[in-house]
Amino acid sequence: MQARIPKRTFDAVIVGGGGAGLRAALQLAEANLKVALISKVFPTRSHTVSAQGGITAALANVSDDNWHWHMYDTVKGSDYLGDQDAIEYMCRNAPTAVYELEHMGLPFSRLDNGKIYQRPFGGQSQNYGGDQAIRTCAAADRTGHALLHTLYQRNIAARTQFFDEFYALDLIRDEAGTVLGVTALEIETGQPWLFEARATLLATGGAGRIFRHSTNAHINTGDGLGMVLRAGLPLEDMEFWQFHPTGIPIVGSLITEAVRGEGGYLLNKDGERFMSRYAPNARDLASRDVVSRAIAQELRGGRGCGPHGDYVHLKIDHIGADKIKERLPGIRDLSLQFAGVDPIADPIPVTPTAHYMMGGIPSNLHGQVVAPVRTGPEEAVPGLYAVGECACVSVHGANRLGGNSLLDLVVFGRAAGLHMLDYLRENPIPRPLPQAEVEKSLARLARWDKPKPENGGGESVAGLRGDMQRVMQDHCGVYRNEALLRAGLEQLTQVAARLPDAALSDHSKMFNTARLEALELENLMLIARATLVSALARTESRGAHSREDHPRRDDDHWLRHSLYFTGNDHLDYKPVRLKPLTVETFQPKERTY
Amino acid sequence: MRFRIYRYDPESGARPAMRDYEIEFEPRGKKLLDALIAIKDTLDESLSFRRSCREGVCGSDGVNVNGRNVLACVTALEGLKEPIEIRPLPRLGVVRDLIVDMGQFYQHYRAVKPYLINLDPEPENERPQSPQERAELDGLWECILCGCCTTACPSFWWNPDKFLGPAALLQGYRFIADSRDQATNERLDFMEDPYRLFRCHGIMNCVEVCPKGLNPTQAIGKIKTLIVKRAL
Repeated sequence: MQARIPKRTFDAVIVGGGGAGLRAALQLAEANLKVALISKVFPTRSHTVSAQGGITAALANVSDDNWHWHMYDTVKGSDYLGDQDAIEYMCRNAPTAVYELEHMGLPFSRLDNGKIYQRPFGGQSQNYGGDQAIRTCAAADRTGHALLHTLYQRNIAARTQFFDEFYALDLIRDEAGTVLGVTALEIETGQPWLFEARATLLATGGAGRIFRHSTNAHINTGDGLGMVLRAGLPLEDMEFWQFHPTGIPIVGSLITEAVRGEGGYLLNKDGERFMSRYAPNARDLASRDVVSRAIAQELRGGRGCGPHGDYVHLKIDHIGADKIKERLPGIRDLSLQFAGVDPIADPIPVTPTAHYMMGGIPSNLHGQVVAPVRTGPEEAVPGLYAVGECACVSVHGANRLGGNSLLDLVVFGRAAGLHMLDYLRENPIPRPLPQAEVEKSLARLARWDKPKPENGGGESVAGLRGDMQRVMQDHCGVYRNEALLRAGLEQLTQVAARLPDAALSDHSKMFNTARLEALELENLMLIARATLVSALARTESRGAHSREDHPRRDDDHWLRHSLYFTGNDHLDYKPVRLKPLTVETFQPKERTY
Repeated sequence: MRFRIYRYDPESGARPAMRDYEIEFEPRGKKLLDALIAIKDTLDESLSFRRSCREGVCGSDGVNVNGRNVLACVTALEGLKEPIEIRPLPRLGVVRDLIVDMGQFYQHYRAVKPYLINLDPEPENERPQSPQERAELDGLWECILCGCCTTACPSFWWNPDKFLGPAALLQGYRFIADSRDQATNERLDFMEDPYRLFRCHGIMNCVEVCPKGLNPTQAIGKIKTLIVKRAL
């Protein structure tokens, strides 16, 4: 049977135009493959652009350093939930990845000797837990912007074929489980397309918009995660969400860790440098989960600033106006615009804010999506790859270190590109497309053509989204407990039950953003549920998942990854890969800073 | 608060028109994008605009507000004269409501070869660049491609297909200014053209509106100087 929608055929299709998708696309395009990159926004609007502080690599340009120390810090930072083979791969390849970006033209800030500028970040140490390391490579405080634009520019040079403002709907998977491409909506015309490819890579980023207050862009709705769940595949470690210690209250805009790296520190309402009590050695440069919990404790203890005591102060004025203008110009803009404060004179109000999804689509260090299909817990799904924040390799485990996310994008974007080249060579013949899968996707799209009730009633997408975000904000924050999570899950179930009653009043085809938001909400709802169910089940505290009713880490029972399946909320588990590629295992031990 | 917003639905057959909206909204500390979202969420879900980062770094939501090109997400509501009149960026084709066709703008950007050209073999580590050499790039690489400058430029209004416009020229100069780039002559050859570069008459609307505080006119001046210098 012929498809009733137009089709384009490529060797590979990449969904998502952020750092990970662009890096993978570059690998394939430079190998002269026919590659399509589809993105719901023009690529430089992707959320990578908001990354500020830098990209971590043991270049040793400033402090003595090597990748073994970086690996140790990352394993420890992950609270031992990170897979040590993938972490070794990332940290070993970090210097090469950064030099490669420099060769591409990324405008890194420079040291006097002409080398790439590096700054200290949280959780970085020399000699396995010794003195602070200085490891994060930066382009002022706009490193994500520099990285994203540079990669986009290289893709222009490599003649990657872009499909800008195309919104991916569903994976097309045949009965054998092989992924054969995606359906996508051309936003400008409203035309659904079929993108057929022998390899599909998801690089759709995070889903921070499940929370009411988040550092994330509006577009971070976890579309790739929804696609994976609907295809019957699991999501890994969805209980682990990073709350960045320093977001601007309510607005959510990120104030980079680089502020503390450059010498800034946190103060409570009494003017006390309270981090000394929580992390006597690393103080303000402890891991993000540690600092966020410390701030939450200060606020609970009534030591917050402002009329409602709901934030603390981040002081940086003491490093001087010149340094702030040179190294933190973007932060100064954001503080002025969104907090009404000039950090040259006054401290910035900050509070822990949902920031990064450590969990995601289970993948291995080649970017292959892996799932318990038939034989083992990590069987590769043929033709499907995932990299970047949407993926869970897992290099971040239970808590990501600052500067490791941009690194994750480029190291695994490249790794996936390399593996896809092999896969495409070994699988040269396209397989027949299962038409029923395409129909299913189109039916999902058509559901939003349903007319709104005459009386104008019924549920609205914006209303449901707001309710879902409130539930997640109130029930799945920095501190959790069983009663809180259970109540959250009940409320979320009620919100989700109203979703079928939602209808749009706008049924136009061309650039219908109301329909887009409805489709995004379907993904967000699935992800919010995955988060709550996974968080309820994990009865321990590890990294960013802090259970008041289970305050200790429990390696005997929980040194394992969660796998969540949608539909019946089924949870499965798989062991953490404790064995690195070549070095000795870093054995789990108590984590202090 | 009162708003007057440009509406155009390409499927309706109707001509574009300004529509009035009134919404209860406390403007203190809020941005224009917050108001647009509130109107879409509560009054009229068909109102269409682009947005992503909501903090002035992605460049999605350039619009014309009370006659001036701005990013909606960093424009404070307080102090704007009501009714706040919001239109799409000038001169580009309108796809729908506040969404413009950026195709021409991106084409000019691609035309300046916005990537580093260096044919030497790559060294083992980084290519060295002194802080002074790197400082030459400040004020250039931070461009977010929002289009506020180019669509505010009368030279672009007259010759949108031939004049590259301030944003593309700024990016052209970003690579000329990079001590690692080796294609200065090739780049100047391309720009040395009565339209592509020399339609810039130093009107400086671009400088006036750039939400990132960049100065395309200065960059264009430097390109012109280089062209003159190499002719001598």
